[in-house]
Amino acid sequence: MKPEAKAVDIDRNVGDFHYKMDYAKDAGRGLSEKTVHFISDLKEDPDWVREFRLRGLKTFLEKPLPTHWASKDLETIDFDKIRYYLAQGGGTKRTWEEVPEDIKRTFERLGIPEQERKFLAGVEAQFDSEAVYSNIKKAVGEQGVIFVGSTEGLKEHPEIFRKWFGKVIPISDNKFSALNAAVFSGGSFIYVPPGVKVKHPLQAYFRINAESFGQFERTLIIADEGSEVTYMEGCTAPKFETATLHSAVVELVALKGAKIQYITVQNWSANVFNLVTKRGLAHEDAEIKWIDCNIGSRLTMKYPGVVLKGRKARGEVLSIALANNGQHQDTGAKMIHAADETTSNIISKSISIGTGRATYRGLVHVPKHLKNCKNNTECDALLINSTSRTDTYPAITVRGTGNAVQHEASVSQVSAEQIFYMQQRGLSEAQAMSLSVNGFVNDLVRQFPMEYSVELKRLIELEMEGSVG
Amino acid sequence: MLSAPIWPAVFKPAHGKIRVRNRPTSTYIVIPSMSELRVDNLHVSIGDQQIVRGLTLAVPRGEVHAIIGPNGSGKSTLAKVIAGHPDYHVTKGKVTADGEDVLGMEADERARKGLFLAFQYPSEIPGVTIANFLRAALQARLPEGEELEATEYYAKLYEKMELLGMDRSFTSRSVNEGFSGGEKKRTEILQLAMLQPKYAILDETDSGLDIDALKIVSRGVNTMRGPDLGVLLITHYQRLLNYIVPDHVHVMVAGRIVRSGGKELALELEERGYDWARENTKEPVLTR
Repeated sequence: MKPEAKAVDIDRNVGDFHYKMDYAKDAGRGLSEKTVHFISDLKEDPDWVREFRLRGLKTFLEKPLPTHWASKDLETIDFDKIRYYLAQGGGTKRTWEEVPEDIKRTFERLGIPEQERKFLAGVEAQFDSEAVYSNIKKAVGEQGVIFVGSTEGLKEHPEIFRKWFGKVIPISDNKFSALNAAVFSGGSFIYVPPGVKVKHPLQAYFRINAESFGQFERTLIIADEGSEVTYMEGCTAPKFETATLHSAVVELVALKGAKIQYITVQNWSANVFNLVTKRGLAHEDAEIKWIDCNIGSRLTMKYPGVVLKGRKARGEVLSIALANNGQHQDTGAKMIHAADETTSNIISKSISIGTGRATYRGLVHVPKHLKNCKNNTECDALLINSTSRTDTYPAITVRGTGNAVQHEASVSQVSAEQIFYMQQRGLSEAQAMSLSVNGFVNDLVRQFPMEYSVELKRLIELEMEGSVG
Repeated sequence: MLSAPIWPAVFKPAHGKIRVRNRPTSTYIVIPSMSELRVDNLHVSIGDQQIVRGLTLAVPRGEVHAIIGPNGSGKSTLAKVIAGHPDYHVTKGKVTADGEDVLGMEADERARKGLFLAFQYPSEIPGVTIANFLRAALQARLPEGEELEATEYYAKLYEKMELLGMDRSFTSRSVNEGFSGGEKKRTEILQLAMLQPKYAILDETDSGLDIDALKIVSRGVNTMRGPDLGVLLITHYQRLLNYIVPDHVHVMVAGRIVRSGGKELALELEERGYDWARENTKEPVLTR
């Protein structure tokens, strides 16, 4: 094997490894009230949380799968075979030295401690069901910023946690938000005090190590008046034979004048069902921006949303989806305008390769009584092969006379002439493809923090390598 | 035919420049040389249609050759085939660069070996800036593990842009996207100047250019002329040849070279027309 080919092989499968673990805490397979009590007992949940979980379970069992509009592939998830809670039970550590060796080497291999040193204000690392490491830089902590796991958050800071928990995304929002309510574990709780601007991103890294496992983290971020925070999440899992489920709920609350930027680079392996509910509540003059990149998974269904509750609130979703062979990226955005002079912007770019399918679903809602609201929606799809597929389902309801909406959509293909042109300049077919694709997403990627745009470009290059020849 | 060229034993081929006048038409035998782009008895089809029908030509480094011919004579096909366009099928014949067969190579490998094609209709690459594109192209020529030196790269890029009268802001524009015809052609020549190939084929580089742009583009090409570069100009107007004066002119009609000569041939052709050029050329001819 040529050395360069070898290096690339290792790189592409950067997340495709797992270590054998002994899980001291295992809820077993399948889901019942017993599973919920097991988790609640283990976490010593207060009663209100236990009740919240049980209501979640009831709702989950009652609600049908959304297959009347969503992919039938959801029916292949066997909820009785999934393991809903797995942990070693060592708790969350504040230093990497304290993290058990076998878990630490996983995160070291993924480069997390190194990134933390380089450019992050804080890191949380979740391994299967529980956060094993969580720490913020001293200076950030001294400003009163709270960055802990959800279990710790609800115990140590109930006065803030309980006020907002489950308020942005109610249990019954959808079948999978209900499932998350029942068995949630891990995820981050962040509180940024008034006026505090966290300069560097806070990062959470979600790692699935076990087979036939479901990861259900729950994240709640509250940015108090005039504060600013950027949160970044990354994720990987090894490639197993059986399907793995990731079903998170993320709630953001931006109080008056606050700014939250939430960045996701999702690179799950191709056996993961990634069914995530994400929504933010933007108060007066607040801004919530979702940057959402979906590269991996078998099926992703995710439509980050912003409820624009206060006057002059702003919401934005910038998303990039890359669907390779056998993958379906069903992504989009929701913008619910609920106050005057609110503005929202959705820019979605998708790339379909081989038999990959990218679907855009957008919901924009502006009721009649509002004035001077604006929405801009752009969705562009790029098809690489003749077997690639893209669908767009925009649902835009704008009532009243004083509101403006703008919608643009395009579908394009990388033409053979374009590839020949680039090859004539000396680029290989794969290099030409990946340059074209990077060009296609370039204006979006430019808005990302530098470290992530570099990472994203690298991931796209790796995906494009397999798409030619 | 030419696969085993015959020349009198007394002549030694020196850089392929020996001329043997052994034909009624004023053409030359092509003597193989290591430093030339050489097309031997090339036949090319697209579908069932034969477009190039036994074409032979050699462009040594250091020379500028012009192919002039009417629309549909197969000039652009020849250019694309040499560059490795996948749509065309070579049914017979050879193309070599510096003695090395290129027909078996992918287009990008040919490019890295030093073949450059300035396109008649350059493609747009949305979102990829000229600076990034050229950088990627140059990087692709470096050995594994070697990085292009950014400062030197930009210094060279700005120098070449100045030569072509291009504003620096051009570097941050997407390749050919929304460019005027003239801007596209200038960008092609900029790439030629940056990539410094051994052989450059310029396909109808004059089309769509006003007289000022034509002068700038021609000046760009003329600056690059020298012992290390062989140029094949493809045009159907003699106009371009007033600005880039060729060493040799070939007339191409219906997939073949029907007449070759010095720079004066273009003028003669303009006067007498293609029918004159076609006379006495029932057989494919040997050229230089």
